Amino acid sequence: MLTPVQAIGSIAVMAAVTFLTRALPFLLFDRGDHPPKLVIYLGRVLPPAVIAMLIVYCLRDNLIALVQGPAGLAGWLPAAIACAAVAALHLWKHNNLLSIFGGTVLYMALVQSGLF
Amino acid sequence: MEVMDSMDRKSLAAAFPATVPVLMGYLAIGIAFGFMLQSIGYNFIWAFFMSLTIYAGSGQYLGVSLLSTCAALGTVALMTLIVNFRHLVYGLSMLEKFRGMGPRKIYMIFSLTDETYALLSSVQAPPGVDRRNFYFAIALLDHSYWIAGSVIGAVAGALLPVDTTGIEFAMTALFIVIAVEQWEGYKSHLPALLGGGATLISLALAGRENLLLPALGAIVLVLLVLRDRLEEKGEPAGPHCVKEEEKPC
Repeated sequence: MLTPVQAIGSIAVMAAVTFLTRALPFLLFDRGDHPPKLVIYLGRVLPPAVIAMLIVYCLRDNLIALVQGPAGLAGWLPAAIACAAVAALHLWKHNNLLSIFGGTVLYMALVQSGLF
Repeated sequence: MEVMDSMDRKSLAAAFPATVPVLMGYLAIGIAFGFMLQSIGYNFIWAFFMSLTIYAGSGQYLGVSLLSTCAALGTVALMTLIVNFRHLVYGLSMLEKFRGMGPRKIYMIFSLTDETYALLSSVQAPPGVDRRNFYFAIALLDHSYWIAGSVIGAVAGALLPVDTTGIEFAMTALFIVIAVEQWEGYKSHLPALLGGGATLISLALAGRENLLLPALGAIVLVLLVLRDRLEEKGEPAGPHCVKEEEKPC
């Protein structure tokens, strides 16, 4: 575990970077100039690409287990089931909470069940 | 408090009904955050200050992972930047709305979360209520729900001895939910497929520790190369969720 000072440092960095991402458009484009077309283009196409990147990042250990074949089953099957459940729940009900909670509870139940 | 001086009851009363969906959402997601934070050994005081100063849903879920893995400050900065990159888009469409808000503008910018953005994009101030007071009240209420949720979650996590193994999946679930919303809202799925594909290749080549930077570089590069093709599709500006006032994402 981090020392309290290190943890405060981490939290301060998170707070500063988060504020920066929110403030940057106002710092750069608030004088009535139009943002460059390139910025608008990237602002539009980057978010889906970045979210897809983060999903792969979150699932990196599960993906590594998947490549190991049957031996790695316990490492990827619970995540695969839970991911499918989240996507299906969300396509069905479009309720953020239900999807996130439902998927997480299912995942926790699967990894704690001793079945894998 | 200075905040309360510039706040009037009428604006709060007018803003409250508009924020009820966010109240439900933030209490629940905030509770989950506080619970996770407590499970890695940080109590409600930490939850309170993180929610007060960072105030970002996915950013704080990420923060739990970063704190629990004792990530280096550089990693913390880079990951936070990547996760919050979408905020750049939100700011662009709020430039006009926040003009003339005076000192409160800094708070409005600080508190521009996905949900507050969705509300501000869609709601109108009722007659007789100053538009700027109304926006400020929405931002302030949403922030207070988030803080309350995370503190409740951390306290509950300390009181209930629950086996939290697997709770980190909440972050993956959050990203999948955002991806589903985006998938339905965008005409072209190429950016999403590219993002996933490039990261898979990066995982194979660069390994689990260093996959993010090469993936992000490749994504930006290919998106720049494909610009002419993707511009033709004529996407609506901004993410899908803007239009859906009752379902902030």
